Amino acid sequence: MAVTDYLRQRFFPHMWCPGCGHGTILNSLLRAVEELELSKNDIVMTSGIGCSARISGYVDFHSLHTLHGRALAFATGVKLSKPELTLLVPMGDGDALAIGGNHFIHAARRNIDITAIVMNNRIYGMTGGQFSPLSGPGVKATTAPYTTIDANFDVVKLAIAAGASFVARSTAYHARESTEILKKAIMHKGFSVVEILSQCPTHYGRKNKEGDAVAMLELHKTNTAKLGSKQLEENPNLVARGIFIQEERAEYCIEYGKIVEHAQRRNVK
Amino acid sequence: MTEMIRFVQGNEACVEGALYAGLEFFAGYPITPSTEIAELLSGRLPTNGGKFIQMEDEIASMCAIIGASLTGHKVMTATSGPGFSLKQEAIGYACMAEIPCVIVNVQRGGPSTGNPTHVSQGDINQARWGTHGDHSIIALTASNHQDIFAMTVDAFNLAETYRTPVVLLLDEAVGHMREKLTIPAKDELQIIDRLRTSLGKDVDYHPYLPREDGRLPMSDFGGDHRYNVTGLYHDMWGFPSANPKVVNQLLRHLVDKIENNVHAITRYKEYYLEDAHYIMVSYGSSARSAIHLAEERRKRGERIGVLELQSIWPFPTEVVREKCAAARAVVVVEMNMGQVLAQVKSAVEHPERVFLANRIDGKLIAPHDIKKLLRVIQGKGV
Repeated sequence: MAVTDYLRQRFFPHMWCPGCGHGTILNSLLRAVEELELSKNDIVMTSGIGCSARISGYVDFHSLHTLHGRALAFATGVKLSKPELTLLVPMGDGDALAIGGNHFIHAARRNIDITAIVMNNRIYGMTGGQFSPLSGPGVKATTAPYTTIDANFDVVKLAIAAGASFVARSTAYHARESTEILKKAIMHKGFSVVEILSQCPTHYGRKNKEGDAVAMLELHKTNTAKLGSKQLEENPNLVARGIFIQEERAEYCIEYGKIVEHAQRRNVK
Repeated sequence: MTEMIRFVQGNEACVEGALYAGLEFFAGYPITPSTEIAELLSGRLPTNGGKFIQMEDEIASMCAIIGASLTGHKVMTATSGPGFSLKQEAIGYACMAEIPCVIVNVQRGGPSTGNPTHVSQGDINQARWGTHGDHSIIALTASNHQDIFAMTVDAFNLAETYRTPVVLLLDEAVGHMREKLTIPAKDELQIIDRLRTSLGKDVDYHPYLPREDGRLPMSDFGGDHRYNVTGLYHDMWGFPSANPKVVNQLLRHLVDKIENNVHAITRYKEYYLEDAHYIMVSYGSSARSAIHLAEERRKRGERIGVLELQSIWPFPTEVVREKCAAARAVVVVEMNMGQVLAQVKSAVEHPERVFLANRIDGKLIAPHDIKKLLRVIQGKGV
């Protein structure tokens, strides 16, 4: 199938601004699905609210566009009730880690087989450019005219500490790399988190003088380095890209299946 | 006869009713006084292949059951006041996206943390208007364990029929007291499943295009029809739309599908109403005291009866008006500041003849509490 076969073209044009990184991430994701030859009927995409969340409307999967921050809670219900489905949950940074932070850590703790994709542009785009828990200090935003003093979460460390068994990071610039990582994340049996740095030239870039989309993409390239690379070793201030953890661990739906078996055996006795 | 007699808590009667109705997925969070429902289902559901999950909070529980309903399962959650408040946004989502689900609220004293281990009926209006925006919703209630069982089954039937959240309003007193429950034989009560589309896999399915009767056949997630579900106003494909015509049509559909069927949804019981001069309108555990008082007074020849409401929303306005038409006075017996009172007053021809006998201190309203008011109404002095 061609990548366009995974899109609901009826719903285009999309609502993302010119230069937004989210379209590139959608591209990486669809290529991952295509290369894995997954059936569209087996995929449920669940999203919350925000620019990133609109992604679920554009894909030709079962799609569930939910409430701000709650995508993983809905996804947990879908997955546990029908474990044979593949769950893809793209979220924005505020969606996933501010209002949705609790669901994020608990989905990780359960290690339920869902792929969470944090499309991190460090800003609330849809509401017009407020800072998010991933903005970090020293950032200008419409709610931080004198710059932010809030520290940011490190998504990778947070996900690992909370119990996710697959955690990775890439960027919108590294589209091909993102596809490879997403393929592994989707195939991973357990809770997988892929943070993909995205760019919001409209709000973040403009306020923080990072330039246009091309300049911001350039920053994805120059500010990051592959895990284990010499570049990263020499400059630990760079943001690391790659797979940080990939472990086989008890998966929630499989464990629940064992509970069902146990309960039924006991019931027969 | 395969009927089974049990001596149970009201919360357990609710569990039995839910399983009888075909409950397959429950998500919940511990909260007094509803916790027994979650505890019991954690043991019972897996024995018949169902699923139970304890979520990280009340919001997540509500979201999880909506997700599980979309894969084609009968779902329920249970909570009490503070948790019911937290679930409201997701309840609105289920209204908008038309997802069948049952929410049990075993009421305790509010507002806020309130009076967790004591009875109240303070969430009547919250069940109707707790979530933002215009919408309609179904809420049922019950005063004894046999009725809790039946109303729980009905809650599922109505949720699946009208594709809506249904709130089952129990209270701490009926939830925790123990009495006899006869579990009906299989097939004795009607069980309704959702309508599913008969369209084949290559036919364009319109998930949000109502049939002439207002019903929308569903397609399970994982099936052949892939469609979009959203809390935004949406067109017949489920795709977001702010088109005024689409918005107008959808909101009217959401309200009409329930309000136009108030007769089919209305459930009530009546005691000694035929010739009653005085009528007590009540529901839930309050109704037990009203019925007790009516029985006692009938023995003394007083013409007094009880209208027990079992469906609260949509409010059975016509039934209340008709039943109370000939009454000299109507006494609404409830444990709040007059939430059903306001509905009864607007339903009847003579609102000035409607009075409130209530208790709001966490104690179950007793026949004695109603008697005091009755004396005044009947002109027998204070």
